[in-house]
Amino acid sequence: MSDVAIEAEGLCKSYGDVRALDGIDLRAPTGSVLGLLGPNGAGKTTAVRILTTLLRPDGGSARVAGLDVEREAAELRSRIGLAGQYAAVDENLTGAENLEMVGRLYHLSKGEPRARAIELLERFDLSDAADRLVRTYSGGMRRRLDLAAALVARPPILFLDEPTTGLDPRSRIGLWETIEGRVAEGTTVLLTTQYLDEADRLADRISVIDRGRVIAEGTSDELKDQVGGERLDVTLEDRGQAEAAIAALEAIAAEGPVLLDGAVQVPVLERQGAIAQAVRRLDEAGVGIEDVAMHRPTLDDVFLAVTGRAAAERDEQRAAAERER
Amino acid sequence: MTAIRNNLSDTLVLARRAFLRIPRAPDLLLSFTVQPIMFVLLFVYVFGGAINTPGYDYVDFLMPGIIVQTMAFGGFVTALGLSEDLKKGLVDRFRSLPMSRSAVLAGRTLADIVTNSISIAIMIGVGVLAGFSFDAPLAHIVAGLLLLLLFGYAFSWVFAFIGLTSSSPEASQSLGFILIFPLTFVSSAFVPVDSMPSALQTFAEVNPFTIVVDAMRSLFLGAPAGNDIWGAIAWSIAIAAVFSYLSVRRYKRAVAQ
Repeated sequence: MSDVAIEAEGLCKSYGDVRALDGIDLRAPTGSVLGLLGPNGAGKTTAVRILTTLLRPDGGSARVAGLDVEREAAELRSRIGLAGQYAAVDENLTGAENLEMVGRLYHLSKGEPRARAIELLERFDLSDAADRLVRTYSGGMRRRLDLAAALVARPPILFLDEPTTGLDPRSRIGLWETIEGRVAEGTTVLLTTQYLDEADRLADRISVIDRGRVIAEGTSDELKDQVGGERLDVTLEDRGQAEAAIAALEAIAAEGPVLLDGAVQVPVLERQGAIAQAVRRLDEAGVGIEDVAMHRPTLDDVFLAVTGRAAAERDEQRAAAERER
Repeated sequence: MTAIRNNLSDTLVLARRAFLRIPRAPDLLLSFTVQPIMFVLLFVYVFGGAINTPGYDYVDFLMPGIIVQTMAFGGFVTALGLSEDLKKGLVDRFRSLPMSRSAVLAGRTLADIVTNSISIAIMIGVGVLAGFSFDAPLAHIVAGLLLLLLFGYAFSWVFAFIGLTSSSPEASQSLGFILIFPLTFVSSAFVPVDSMPSALQTFAEVNPFTIVVDAMRSLFLGAPAGNDIWGAIAWSIAIAAVFSYLSVRRYKRAVAQ
């Protein structure tokens, strides 16, 4: 396979008047994890559907595993696994029957569907529930089964559309570990998520998507650097000393320290030794300190910076708009 | 060759899946067993006494008609199942697999043939208990049973299309009933056509249900057939061809709602 597992250029897709994708470029080297980060309705699922041959783009082109998603769709389908946000498993079959069915539909050789089903149920901690109907499964178990189904044919490229949405924190971490396991074995993963911590933890590179466009792209660290460096938050014993504190900290600040929410925020030039210096200078100035903490920008800060709005706030606006409709 | 073998294998895998669902969802099982029994008994004992069918006991007149109606509705599981598959994202999964594009639909409609056979057996059993008797050579009776299954299969494709186009499993079911109920009632299935007002009579005479029911009366009871048997076969094949084409085309573009 070539070095690039997933490559899309200028993908466009409209539903009526709504431009779901407005010219998106994506690129994932073989063996890497590409995170598509964005709020609900940003176009993430549409992108996944085009890359997994479910939808035809209105414009642009995409190659997955070196195959064109439109012209070589049939061949491409045997190289990819898809786990969507629905947990697409048959409730009226058992866990084992579900995986066997998928194995047969991938046309694995005789006996292999059964063997793969047993192996995957074991690996996903579902052996005890293998012969139970899926409708008796919990949400977390369904998601694990869904992911297992995507892995039946050992596809080199995996598409995970919001794999952990709606899961409890423990199941989420379990699923993350499973995904990391696949990646360690060389699988290329495209992952969509609206959770910043998920993209931060799993993705090598992140494309931030909003309104059908990529509005920022890079590694987690690169994106954070775009927003600015690290920041020292100093909480004072006596707020009356804020001015003295700001004066004392100016020397180590990249730009002027400010008082915000009862703490003095200091963007620092150099992370190394910043806390020790700050404490020494404040002590010399006779300023009492209650707490000092180094604050690294989160992807939430990135989102805020590139869209002008926080991710959470956007979601609320969208939910409100949907309620009105 | 490989393509044909894979296509057949995909269809069988999905037919098995559709069929497994029936015993595991006992409420569905009722619609193949208890519902036909209920219909036979209601019509024979409640309406039968008030309906005049010259030349036939009502139970003999009724059985071919009511079995044809049951066949027409037998495919509703296909609509229900497809609609659920769409809603739950299973259609997305299937469409992302390197499998035949028609297998999901062909598998479901194939499973309907099995459940339709069960319904026919139960209805004839109950009919016989209520006084129905065949009056035709065995070969005609067997041909009649095959025609029933063919007609049921054609309507499974109608339901496949309904299932792929409606917004929810509930909607698919009521849409199917609204479309098919008037067709079955304004036909020769339950009453002689000449008892209807003339406008309805005109409709009933060209209604494929009348043609199929009349063909069944000829094959089961020895009534004069005319062109009804060939007409019934032609209608069944035409309905199956049109709706399988429409359904597969729709399926290729379907995405989860």
